Amino acid sequence: MSEEYMIAGVKLGILSPEEIRKLSVVPVLTSEILDEDGIPVRNSVMDPRLGVIEPGRRCEVCGNTMAQCPGHFGHLELARPVIHYGFVKHIYDLLRATCRSCGRLKIPREYVEKYKDPERAVEEIRKLYGKMKSRWPLLARRFSETLKREAFKVSECPFCKAKQYKIKLEKPTIFYEERKEDLVRLNPVEIRQRLERIPGRDLELLGYDPESARPEWMVITVLPIPPLSIRPSIVLETGARSEDDLTHKLADIVRTNERLREHINQGAPNIIVEDLWELLQYHITTYFDNEAPGIPPAKQRYGRPLRTLAQRLKGKEGRFRGNLSGKRVDFSARSVISPDPYIGINEVGVPEYVAKILTVPETVTKWNIEELRRYVINGPYKWPGANYVISPDGGKIDLRYVKDRKALAETITPGWVVERHLIDGDIVLFNRQPSLHRMSIMAHKVKVLPGKTFRLHLAVCPPYNADFDGDEMNLHVPQSVEARAEAKLLLLVQEHILSPRYGGPIIGGIQDYISGAYILTSKGTLLTKEDVIDLLAAARYVGPLPEPAIISPKKYWTGKQLVSLFLPKDFNYRGPSNISTGLLKCDDDECFWDSYIIIKNGALLEGVIDKKAIGSQQPESMFHHLVREYGNSFGAYFIDNVFRMFIRVLERRGFTMTYDDVVIPKQAEEEINSVMVKAYEEAKRLIELKEKGALEPVPGRSIEETLEIRLMDEVLRKAREEAGEIAVKYLDPFNHAFIMARTGARGSSLNLTQMAACVGQQSIRGERIHRGYSDRPLAHSKPGDRSPPARGFVASSFRKGLNPIEMFFHAAGGREGLVDTAVRTSQSGYMQRRLVNALQDLYVEYDGSVRTPEGSIIQFRYGEDGIDPARSVHGKSISVDRLIERVAGWRL
Amino acid sequence: MSPGKTGKTGIDIRELVESKCPYLPPKIVDEIAEKTAAKNLTMDEISKIVELACTEYINNLIDPGEPVGTVTAQSIGEPGTQMTLRTFHYAGVREFNVTLGLPRLIELVDARKIPSTPITYIYLDEEHRHDPEKAKEVARRIEFTRVENVVASVYITTGSIILELDPDIMSDKGVTLDQVKSVLKKYGEVEVVREDPPVLSINTGIVDLMKLSKLRDRILKAKIKGVKGIKRVIIQKKGDEYMLLAEGVNLKAILKIRGVDPYRTVSNDIHEIERVLGIEAARTMLIREMMNVLMEQGLDVDIRHVMLVADIMTRNGSVRQIGRHGVTGEKESVLARAAFEVTVKHLLDAAARGEVDELAGVAENIIVGQPIHVGTGKVNLYMKPYVIPKRGG
Repeated sequence: MSEEYMIAGVKLGILSPEEIRKLSVVPVLTSEILDEDGIPVRNSVMDPRLGVIEPGRRCEVCGNTMAQCPGHFGHLELARPVIHYGFVKHIYDLLRATCRSCGRLKIPREYVEKYKDPERAVEEIRKLYGKMKSRWPLLARRFSETLKREAFKVSECPFCKAKQYKIKLEKPTIFYEERKEDLVRLNPVEIRQRLERIPGRDLELLGYDPESARPEWMVITVLPIPPLSIRPSIVLETGARSEDDLTHKLADIVRTNERLREHINQGAPNIIVEDLWELLQYHITTYFDNEAPGIPPAKQRYGRPLRTLAQRLKGKEGRFRGNLSGKRVDFSARSVISPDPYIGINEVGVPEYVAKILTVPETVTKWNIEELRRYVINGPYKWPGANYVISPDGGKIDLRYVKDRKALAETITPGWVVERHLIDGDIVLFNRQPSLHRMSIMAHKVKVLPGKTFRLHLAVCPPYNADFDGDEMNLHVPQSVEARAEAKLLLLVQEHILSPRYGGPIIGGIQDYISGAYILTSKGTLLTKEDVIDLLAAARYVGPLPEPAIISPKKYWTGKQLVSLFLPKDFNYRGPSNISTGLLKCDDDECFWDSYIIIKNGALLEGVIDKKAIGSQQPESMFHHLVREYGNSFGAYFIDNVFRMFIRVLERRGFTMTYDDVVIPKQAEEEINSVMVKAYEEAKRLIELKEKGALEPVPGRSIEETLEIRLMDEVLRKAREEAGEIAVKYLDPFNHAFIMARTGARGSSLNLTQMAACVGQQSIRGERIHRGYSDRPLAHSKPGDRSPPARGFVASSFRKGLNPIEMFFHAAGGREGLVDTAVRTSQSGYMQRRLVNALQDLYVEYDGSVRTPEGSIIQFRYGEDGIDPARSVHGKSISVDRLIERVAGWRL
Repeated sequence: MSPGKTGKTGIDIRELVESKCPYLPPKIVDEIAEKTAAKNLTMDEISKIVELACTEYINNLIDPGEPVGTVTAQSIGEPGTQMTLRTFHYAGVREFNVTLGLPRLIELVDARKIPSTPITYIYLDEEHRHDPEKAKEVARRIEFTRVENVVASVYITTGSIILELDPDIMSDKGVTLDQVKSVLKKYGEVEVVREDPPVLSINTGIVDLMKLSKLRDRILKAKIKGVKGIKRVIIQKKGDEYMLLAEGVNLKAILKIRGVDPYRTVSNDIHEIERVLGIEAARTMLIREMMNVLMEQGLDVDIRHVMLVADIMTRNGSVRQIGRHGVTGEKESVLARAAFEVTVKHLLDAAARGEVDELAGVAENIIVGQPIHVGTGKVNLYMKPYVIPKRGG
């Protein structure tokens, strides 16, 4: 193995003219680019020595081919110096902080007075600054800043006693000096001379590094010409060549420079020289930054602004964020996702088509040589095969072009590398954007399947926030053993069942798993032997059947018995079910409604299993304790097997929701109607009260607001709630919609109410809908009508259907929700980016403290108690109640 | 019976813990002692519980190298997408609006100088907190009342300004006629024209109508009583005591008001807290406010994450923003700053300063393509696979 080096640091500085000349391989002398034949001219900005651009040619300078030659810099001697736009602020500061004649830093009066002699004062400041710089760099920076500000104010040089004038900067690059009456322009030559005079030791006090960045280098005398490889020309289909924006800009600069030089040599009038000088300044400024304020952006022929150096670095698609912090990668795939309840949560279904393109490099050993030979023989088009073979000397053989793969397979020996197809069991990374938390990228084991979609287990939808309405996901194949090992140990799905956001499972039962578990474990469910065998087979149970709960006249088992088979024998748990609300509420063992779960020694004795027991994002639930106490792999086992049994229950039984589930009898309808009539009357009463001026305002609110608040809160919301209660009263408690809402599988009682009874008040910004025409939202009501239906109250249910006016209001309310989501995603996205950027370097040191990379302490003990939230019990380091339950729950 | 001893068995939990794992925090030991005592447990069971507590505690400790910063950022950022954008929400009372949800969270991490809805939570001392009347007394002392607040109508006549006061509002705000009179005294001679409803005339002696109307405006703006900046005060029952909610902030003045409990009274302006109560209080308030926002939205986020954000915001003794003018902007690494925002400026400034990027943080190492120094990258362990260890050595 070759020696490996690490980059210890990156130093930034300014290139000096000498360095630029030394770096250069070509002095640019001519503004011509191509000659008559379209061949690049030597000593132009397209000089071939700046880098090879045609494939196959070798570089004149370094002798490398296009792929290897990094390109080489040239240089351009400017006829007159020009200010570097990016350093204007620094130049301005330096001119103001130093003496115009001797170049020394103008030490503030107080220091001079304190130490009597300016030289001594400077010496003292230097000592102080040196101390600060080594120990408190940020403080030193602040000190420099104040010193500089103080220096601006000094009007007489403490060293040479020269009088100082005020320097004015006219943006972007013009400097003036306010001498007595007149304003004198300082040209770059003068500025450069002044900057040259500043002694290096004084510069250090201002925070500059004279070794790597002398201030006079901020005024450009020699311009480096970047290599061709960073500004490649594009050959269009027509054969015409199109040059990069930078090349255009460089050509402008060279041309202007040439003209300027000629005019100077010819002794042209000053005005013309100045004008050209100015033009050169403009071109060089826009070459660095084409979005500089106060400068019209340089445009390409068709009016598109040029993309010059600063634009290449800046922003989301710039070099830093677009190419350095994040890169495009090989060995990745993207496809639509679809569900597969029969694969494990740690698995991902990969289409064969994808598996034949993505490869894993595998080194040939005497243990795998037979297998790898088989892959090589299968070749790139037959799965499982291989796409490339790499010989020990590094030669890569593309199997697509190998005639006799059998012969090749024979030649491979230990030490070769075969890039074989993806096969079952390979570790891959799976990702869904937006990647908001670490569970957005998890490792899965490959399972190659027919079809063209990626298949994933339904229980991993919550961490990815995925559904199957067309979502696509990305897949990456780690190429090194280290990467695969880390992926397997740290990123595998089962390692992320417990979320670090709140100590609780983010992976768990959702939707049908919950409905199924509920139906299976309900009191009324009795299972015949056939049922039991089928269900246990779905869960891949191997072992004896339990004793039936009912022996005669026929053997029957309960669902609770089946669940108990999979619980560890020492597991104790008690807690309420999700259905334990309202009428069905229970909080102790005596529960008529079967809504209080009791598990003793691994036997589910009472209570139904629903969202509160196995749901995702349910901390301190039965499933959470199982995963915490019996390990992540037990959690994965539980989901892979027991959850399949829950689904099987629904498969056998059938579980859908229909229109009839939300139909309520006529009597209920009448009751709801009378509720509505009552509400409308009450609303009318309040409105009339307000009109008469007899409405008592809520303190701090106007009468108008009071009316709205009372209508919304007291009348209309109550009307909908009452309607909902009536509907629920008449609905069959075992209809599927109702089961789903009650068990927490899907939907809420609000959804049911809206479907069966009444949709309710539509709102925009928390108010009843009132904007639109003057004094009325729609033309269907009288101006100033404040009655519920005129202000967006929807009395119909979704089942009955909305009348046109109601439909309009509902659409208006719905639109607000859409806009809200759109705005929110961008806002919270930016907030998260800032949070990540501010916090990403923090880590826990071996002593338990949280530190920055420099080693300074943020927290002496992480979270004040050193507990990992992911392993905590909903934030608690230890739940004593749970410990007692674990140990003694079986008898308490 | 000593609190450490357990009911029947009579084992001293503290001794048991001391022998098994002395590192267990005393708070947990106390909890075990208390809760095991309440249940009827055997000696075996108790020692099993203690044993489990010991191993669990060790297992639940955070691993060295864990990138807690990133985990925190994600744990707070991810639920951000689920929050409502609705700026205004009623905070229990309908009387005024409080910014909550995502806007408030952004405001907090931004460390904005002025919160969009400044509110002071005023707790009362022992004497005033049980009686709504006494609480009202304090509220009146705090609520900023101007002359215009108690005036029903104003007239200008030659040389004098006539104010008609509203007796209902006056009694509601607890303003007496004498108080108004004494405030008005300095503008001229005050004369009571009528008693009920009270009408006052101020003889200023100014004839110029322009000047007089200017003076009228000044008089209307004159303070009668209260704390500057507090627009409205509301009495609220919290638990078994009464407290005040005030719109507006002015902690420094409010803390001095008689009847206010200075130990618990806070405002939601983090910078004010920092100025008045200090940086530790600001940290606590940041945590409290952020948890409050998250909780109110029904989002479950571990407090440890919020604490880390608050700690990094306040660590250098002043409240810093999460962003380019605060935490990120003060990072040592040029590359990390350049990769965040204002790329070009950071690069040029670093060049002028001749800065060296030591490549210590995450972003820098990603940029140069090296392993990062957190998590598994933190471990500096080199394996020499070809060195065969000496046997028995």
